Amino acid sequence: MKLGILLPDRERVSPRRPRSAKSAGAVPGPPGPRHTLRRRRLVASLTGWSFALPATLIIAALTLFPAVWSFLISRERWNGFTPPKPVGWANYQAMAHDQDLQSAVNHTVLFTVLYVPVALLLGLFLASALNRKIRFIGFYRTAIFVPLVMSAAASGILAKFVFDPQFGLADNGLRALHLPAQGFLTDRHQVMWVIALIYLWGDLGFSVIVYLAALQDIPKDIIEAATLDGANRRQIFRHVTLPSVAPVTLFIGVWETISVLQIFELILTTTRGGPLGASQTVVYFIYNQAFQLSRYGYGSAIAYLLFAATLLLTLGLLAYSKRTKREAF
Amino acid sequence: MVLPFAGRSTKQAPDCAGPRARRRPSGWHLLLAPLSVLFLLPLAQMLITSFTDNGEINRYPPRFLPSALHIAGYTRLFTDAPVARWIMNSMIVSGIAVVSHLVLCSLGGYAYARLSFRGRTVGFVALLSTIMIPTQMLMIPTYFMFSRLGLIDTLAAAFVPFLTSAFGVFLMRQFFLSVPKELEEAGRMDGLSTVGVLIRIVLPLARPALTTLAIFTLLNSWNDLLWPLIAINDPQLYTIQLGLLNFQGAHHIDWQELMACNVVASAPLILGFVFAQKQFVQTMSLSGVKG
Repeated sequence: MKLGILLPDRERVSPRRPRSAKSAGAVPGPPGPRHTLRRRRLVASLTGWSFALPATLIIAALTLFPAVWSFLISRERWNGFTPPKPVGWANYQAMAHDQDLQSAVNHTVLFTVLYVPVALLLGLFLASALNRKIRFIGFYRTAIFVPLVMSAAASGILAKFVFDPQFGLADNGLRALHLPAQGFLTDRHQVMWVIALIYLWGDLGFSVIVYLAALQDIPKDIIEAATLDGANRRQIFRHVTLPSVAPVTLFIGVWETISVLQIFELILTTTRGGPLGASQTVVYFIYNQAFQLSRYGYGSAIAYLLFAATLLLTLGLLAYSKRTKREAF
Repeated sequence: MVLPFAGRSTKQAPDCAGPRARRRPSGWHLLLAPLSVLFLLPLAQMLITSFTDNGEINRYPPRFLPSALHIAGYTRLFTDAPVARWIMNSMIVSGIAVVSHLVLCSLGGYAYARLSFRGRTVGFVALLSTIMIPTQMLMIPTYFMFSRLGLIDTLAAAFVPFLTSAFGVFLMRQFFLSVPKELEEAGRMDGLSTVGVLIRIVLPLARPALTTLAIFTLLNSWNDLLWPLIAINDPQLYTIQLGLLNFQGAHHIDWQELMACNVVASAPLILGFVFAQKQFVQTMSLSGVKG
């Protein structure tokens, strides 16, 4: 779960919030000579910066500075020890011919295209199911939310055990049903599907929680009014529920896309990209190029490509939803 | 697309709930009960395996429940490797991350929400722009930056990237924007300084936001693997997640021990979740709905 990447515009989602704090602070003092006013402003600036500077400085030093440096490294051939050699755009050109990168990109894109719609549909479906006052609902919610707090490393290792062909729970279940045992993580045609399943187990709770909160935000009187107007359940779902959760759908879609494009830990702890590169993903590929093969320039170039792709995709989605005023679902 | 109606009709009119309304929930039980079991089954197997003798784990055909429970996995875990040390390291890293997030994000968020100072817009736009930068792009230069500062293979390397975050500053800023200004002005009238207003008036109101921030930070820092994997080589400085990775031998895996380690690494957050589920869920949903 990667948090802190994107925030929806709060003002758009809940219009009750105050719009801006422009008018805040700096209570105009009593009229006096000019230099006291200047001093007052100086004191205000110093106070403001002494509050804001620690966080701002650390964040800038740990993101903006490395982001620029990363671009410089991406135009070098560098193994980390000998002096870097400037190679211009060669690292970017090399990407075009790299078969392994190509397959890593393919796996990542396929995973994203398959996973994100499932996370949205299943998330909304389960949130609707869990948004009821029935018995054991607390237990059901806990069961579906608990995997969320487990680390990708722990769930990867657990999955390796569950899908072990010899003593794993999965093949045991198949045997009990008199079905043929499967290779799962060791089968290169199945491995990405199994990883998607593991990811779904660990991550589905997130979209369910966000949808659940959105469903509970729908004012009851709207549904009552629709019922009085003679709308049936499907009509209410289509005309009340769906439009209400549309902004949240966009948010979850973007969020899931970003996190799925960055999938790494799960690959490391389950298959390390294998068998035969069948579960290689882009971020795992970057890690491998940089920190295993010491090709830092090439690794940085791919990282920049990933960043550009993520940014374009996200901005595109946001622009699309702004223009059509109707979130894609 | 046919989805069940996200309804509240059964809730709205409980008095007129006839047999039809009473029967309806049972349909959802048919879906939710097996699903819950499916979600919990891997966790159950993790727990059970950690108490199962390796000889029995390797037996064919395997059985879900062992004939006897052994705690040898846990004792081996703590004698084979400095697991206690790893947990300690994780606790230090997460503890520092949480405290520093709470302090720095409160200060920063308050400044950007309420104080006016020169360069505020520039600072805020700089922060805004960092939120789209993925960590993967940063790991290579950050590694070299830390290496030149002599931070690689120190505990500081593990926690410095978690000291504060743009997300945290935004979260706090959004919350502070919603605090009524009149309260702060009243505080000022009573002679409180800016710091006084923040500590005595604003922060006590911000408890939900602070809890949210603490939970986010705890989850992120405790569960992170990629950064310690890059920055830490000394086994004495491993976090528990990194140590977990270390238990996967190349050829032979001691599954009982590995699952015991998995339990130890996951139990604090799982137990925390079960006891503070409401806060956890609020934290998650806040990220999506209210920002």
